[in-house]
Amino acid sequence: MAEVEETLKRIQAHKGVIGTIVVNAEGIPIRTTLDNSTTVQYAGLLHQLTMKARSTVRDIDPQNDLTFLRIRSKKHEIMVAPGNL
Amino acid sequence: PPPRVREGPCGSTSPPDKGGRGPAARPPPPAGTMEIVYVYVKKRSEFGRQCNFSDRPAETNVDIQPDPSQARNFIERDPIDAAIQCASDMSEHEVNTERFEMENEGVNHLEGGWPKDVNPLEMEQTIRFRKKVEKDENYVNTIIQLGSLMEHCIKQNNAINIYEEYFDDEETADIADEPPSAKTINVFRDPNVIKRTATHLSWHPDGSKKLAVAYSSLEFQRSSKDMSYESYIWDLENPNRPDLVLRPSSTLVSLEYNPKDSHILVGGCYNGQIAYWDTRKGGQPVELSTVEFSHRDPVYGMIWLQSKTGTDCFSASTDGQVLWWDIRKLTEPTETLVMDISRKGVLENALGAIALEFEPTMPTKFMVGTEQGVVITCNRKAKTPAEKIVGTYSGHHGPIYALARNPFFPKNFLTVGDWTARIWSEDSKESSIMWTKYHMAYLTDGCWSTIRPVVFFTTKMDGTLDVWDFLFKQNNPSLSVKVCDEPLFSLRLQDNGRFIGCGSKLGTVTLLEVSSGLCTLQRNEKNVATAMFERETKREKILEARHREMRLKERTKAEGKEEDVKVETEEETPEELLARVQKEFFEIIEAEIRRKERAAKLSRAQVAQRPGLPKGWGVAL
Repeated sequence: MAEVEETLKRIQAHKGVIGTIVVNAEGIPIRTTLDNSTTVQYAGLLHQLTMKARSTVRDIDPQNDLTFLRIRSKKHEIMVAPGNL
Repeated sequence: PPPRVREGPCGSTSPPDKGGRGPAARPPPPAGTMEIVYVYVKKRSEFGRQCNFSDRPAETNVDIQPDPSQARNFIERDPIDAAIQCASDMSEHEVNTERFEMENEGVNHLEGGWPKDVNPLEMEQTIRFRKKVEKDENYVNTIIQLGSLMEHCIKQNNAINIYEEYFDDEETADIADEPPSAKTINVFRDPNVIKRTATHLSWHPDGSKKLAVAYSSLEFQRSSKDMSYESYIWDLENPNRPDLVLRPSSTLVSLEYNPKDSHILVGGCYNGQIAYWDTRKGGQPVELSTVEFSHRDPVYGMIWLQSKTGTDCFSASTDGQVLWWDIRKLTEPTETLVMDISRKGVLENALGAIALEFEPTMPTKFMVGTEQGVVITCNRKAKTPAEKIVGTYSGHHGPIYALARNPFFPKNFLTVGDWTARIWSEDSKESSIMWTKYHMAYLTDGCWSTIRPVVFFTTKMDGTLDVWDFLFKQNNPSLSVKVCDEPLFSLRLQDNGRFIGCGSKLGTVTLLEVSSGLCTLQRNEKNVATAMFERETKREKILEARHREMRLKERTKAEGKEEDVKVETEEETPEELLARVQKEFFEIIEAEIRRKERAAKLSRAQVAQRPGLPKGWGVAL
């Protein structure tokens, strides 16, 4: 339990990191450092996008799997590390 | 030698006549020509008879036999390359489908995914659920693993910016080679059945993603009952449907976004009232000025002023008044000014104002372009109304539809009216320093480019948009684009200098993008432009001085008795003017009679050629 806290704190402490959200398989945000409405929005949208990205990678090559997803935009970069579910 | 033709009955020899029908005798055709002509003669009484068909055996008319001796002129070719393909024949077709109407709508994402027993609105339940998830062992492992993955990527990002622009400073070398061009990006049409003219355009102040267009019918008494009063704000992404519909009580002639607050717009109506809108509050005007204190004619010009509150604006109309308003209180104007150049404030003598010009860097001065072709400069902070009107510039033959100061050289301004566009310098009041040639169609609107000091745009009644680069070419526009077939009435350049919106008579607003050569500052352009403006201003000053000298000389020569040089007549009432004219007339007559006695021929020639008469003379001597 303490390791989880430590990991999340470490990630948040890095330079340039604006916020961190942990989302479970159903798209429910478990842990977040942002405000509620933003979290809900990000969780819902990114969850679907990650599922779609993963299924795309898998469709092309079933042996393959999605390891990381980066969405680079004009203002920020959203980085998604998908779990194994 | 040409092949010989056996000439049959259609040739020169004619068979014997058969009752009036048959080929007439004709002279034989000249040798070497092959005529296949059949001439026949028909009796008048036989015209209109039904056709009588009959069978006839086949006749050989021409028979060209092969001539083996010709083969010697040709060489046999062996082998021959022939391309064949065993594929199905394809043909290309184009079909234009009906325009697909798309609409962008947002979906509100509510929290979802919570299991049935947890109510997402209840804080306790959600917290409890979250705690339960966090205790799961799988969760801990996953987080640690993903955490290390994420950290790796974050460190990557921080170590080096892989998307860094390395050669940012090196601009593309020479854009001068590319000829100027303009591309239509989008077209916004008036959705109403009865089309109205797009009389004024205003870009949204932040980012220019929206365009507000005022629609009205400017033709005298041509607006029908069914014509809608609405004006629209268009979003550039969606040309099919306006973003917001503004519903004034009378059609809008001019419309402007507040440069400080992008939600506020002020509009001048056809009936002279002023209205202001807040886009957050919908399409009905928030407030309307009272009819008694508004203008009496359509409000053609409307500009926001720079003030601390950001709520001041002023308007101009052809009824001869310029009114200042504070939009918080539109019941009456805060200030009025009558455009009477005799400085007496008499409304009957006032000139109708059409174009307004205001530069935020010079907040006390403003200029008004009138229906009579005169530009009036005014000083807002003068103490008496008479002093408010500082000077006039006349030179146009018709109403001045557009008036704009050059953003880089505020002393020079552009006026667009009748068939020309003229550039003026504030110092030379007698005439413009530079002007375009007289065109075949009226010029309706114009504006300077915001990036290049010597480029300006004009629109004409024949539907063309002209882009002038005055440093490069002065006798013709650098680029002339035919935007549409109907007349163009209004023009507005976006702040980045690249996009232009033009409004036409049928309410179609076309958005064009100009090529980069016309909207990037060339090297050394400012210096050359400064030199050009100064040179032209100096030229005008010299000409003015010479004219003045000539006039002075003529006057002192001809009217030796006149003591002082009177100021031009515009300050006198008509009665005084008439009396003075009469007096001068008789004086001159007497002077001439005397001179005639002295030197008859010379004085008659002088009189006939006198150009320096004071204004007000309508008499030919």
